[in-house]
Amino acid sequence: MAVVREITFAQALNEALDYEMSKDPKVVVMGEDVGVYGGIYGVTAGLYDKYGPERVRDTPIAESGFIGTAVGAAATGLLRPVVELMFIDFLGVTFDQLYNQAAKMRYMFGGKAKISMVLRTTCGAGFSAAAQHSQSLHALFSHVPGLKVVMPSTPYDAKGLLISSIEDDDPVIFIEHKGLYAIKGEVPEEPYSIPLGEADVKREGKDITIVATAAMVHKSLEVAEKLEKEGVSVEVVDPRTIVPLDVDTIINSIKKTGKLVVVDEGYPRASFASDIAALAASKAFDSLKAPVKIVTPPATPVPFSPALESEWIPSTEKIEKAVREVL
Amino acid sequence: MPVEEISKEELLWMYETMVRIRVHEERVAELFAQGKIPGFVHLYVGEEAVAVGVMANLRKDDYITSTHRGHGHYISKGGDIKASMAELFGKKTGSGKGKGGSMHIADLDVGELGANGMVGGGIPHAVGAGLGIKLNGLDRVAVAFFGDGASNQQNFHEGINLAAIWKLPVVFVCENNQYQISLPYDKQQTIKSVAERGKAYGIPGVSVDGQDVLAVYEVAKEAIERARRGEGPTLIEAKTYRFRGHFEGDPQVYRSKEEIEWWKKNKDPIKLFEQKLLEKGIVTKEELNAIWDKVKKEIEEAVKFAEESPWPSKEEVLEDVFSTPTKGVLVWQW
Repeated sequence: MAVVREITFAQALNEALDYEMSKDPKVVVMGEDVGVYGGIYGVTAGLYDKYGPERVRDTPIAESGFIGTAVGAAATGLLRPVVELMFIDFLGVTFDQLYNQAAKMRYMFGGKAKISMVLRTTCGAGFSAAAQHSQSLHALFSHVPGLKVVMPSTPYDAKGLLISSIEDDDPVIFIEHKGLYAIKGEVPEEPYSIPLGEADVKREGKDITIVATAAMVHKSLEVAEKLEKEGVSVEVVDPRTIVPLDVDTIINSIKKTGKLVVVDEGYPRASFASDIAALAASKAFDSLKAPVKIVTPPATPVPFSPALESEWIPSTEKIEKAVREVL
Repeated sequence: MPVEEISKEELLWMYETMVRIRVHEERVAELFAQGKIPGFVHLYVGEEAVAVGVMANLRKDDYITSTHRGHGHYISKGGDIKASMAELFGKKTGSGKGKGGSMHIADLDVGELGANGMVGGGIPHAVGAGLGIKLNGLDRVAVAFFGDGASNQQNFHEGINLAAIWKLPVVFVCENNQYQISLPYDKQQTIKSVAERGKAYGIPGVSVDGQDVLAVYEVAKEAIERARRGEGPTLIEAKTYRFRGHFEGDPQVYRSKEEIEWWKKNKDPIKLFEQKLLEKGIVTKEELNAIWDKVKKEIEEAVKFAEESPWPSKEEVLEDVFSTPTKGVLVWQW
């Protein structure tokens, strides 16, 4: 019988890593402070003791070098690296290895290369970490063909999606919102996988659809609960993976409710939110009964002061306001 | 290294492979001028001794990473020349099914992990191959080829440092052809040789005459054997010269005709090697001529194969993005 207990998002990720490392000797973990330290958020805790320094490798601060190392190791088929970029904001110093190398090798080599690697990274504001340690840059990755982009919102999804990502034969960008690490949820002890490209309806409703990602899923659910008391039925769809995108589930929900709000912590322009709005406009226009609204931070860097940052992050109040406007 | 210490078979392999690269590149230049090869091509003429001197020490299951000037690496590692020629043409039968072109030719079956359009981009991939070799306990090595320009790039510094601290079986070969497109070497850095940078990472750095295939062979042999013994990486600088422009069509305003002619006349790696082989009585002129004839025929066959091959079909634009097609649309338009 399946044993289900409540564990944190970070523990769920740790279980996925542990399972994959125990199952496949090709799986190695690399990154800054992932070894003895166990990762700055504890996600790789215990792995160094269990699997040793060869397979849990602390790296120098040389993101392009060690992420490029993961790309090369994957290209040979000798390893399946899970490499950590401590903050998604550090993407700038290593982007070439991801968007020009990992993403394009298979295509340019005529389908002969398999780049089986996962880049785990963290996103999200709310910690007064200022503009270089707080961003949500998933749109940059999803813009580039050849990368899969995963963004779980619950401990259950985190474990199942990380297992799928490590077993996937393509480069996967696995984005963990820092605000979710400590949340608890029911997670089976046994390993299980969640297919990439399957959205999850986190709450069913009939009056309006909210498509939300990562931490914004929880805020949207709060709003849905509040509005239910007023008799408004909100459906919350979590795509779980940005690439591939479960277009059917999103479109079916919009067709059912006729109304759409997209909530995302990425910047507003050329974004996940505008992408979903475009999807609704082109695939569900006839079903829409009101203009689509997006709730995102403003197009500014993430501010430091708690007084400013709380204004910057999409709040439940802003989500509620947008929902009411669309209703 | 004295020729007497190397078998005739190996010497002839080196000669033939240099000739194969030369004939290939000069034929590609013609085809490019005729408009049969689209895009950019960066030719390896003049630098043949570097790839060949290194590759003579490698086995099929060893790995290399290459550069935008990669045809010489591909050919000497044993890549399928028909497939690469078809790739240069953009044909369906190409090594990348016509999706990569000159700067992205690869043959994973012979450990050629790919040419690379990004300067320095392939260096960490060789480090990754080295890590895979080490963790799987394999008797293999990985060699990263790159130019003098790449030696100022982050991947050079980060990649070598990683290979050094992890003692990986990787050899770094800098083909210093003395120009980073137009910028001469002495305006790129203040050190006389890129090999001096080995010291910064605590690994041996060796500079060698890249026009002398036996000299390259000797330093590469030592570095590769050292890597195979588990003693870690070596940085080799091979001083060389490209006889043609950075790319085909380069007006070469940054260097004189006299300089180019001097190198062609005095430092042609094939002529120098040929003289040595003839002087030592290892081969006859007839044997060498037979090699040229054989290679020319082979390259013509590759050209014919490429010319007669079909274009990729339009549907193929959408293929080969992902290995694992997943539910949900991967390539779509809203």
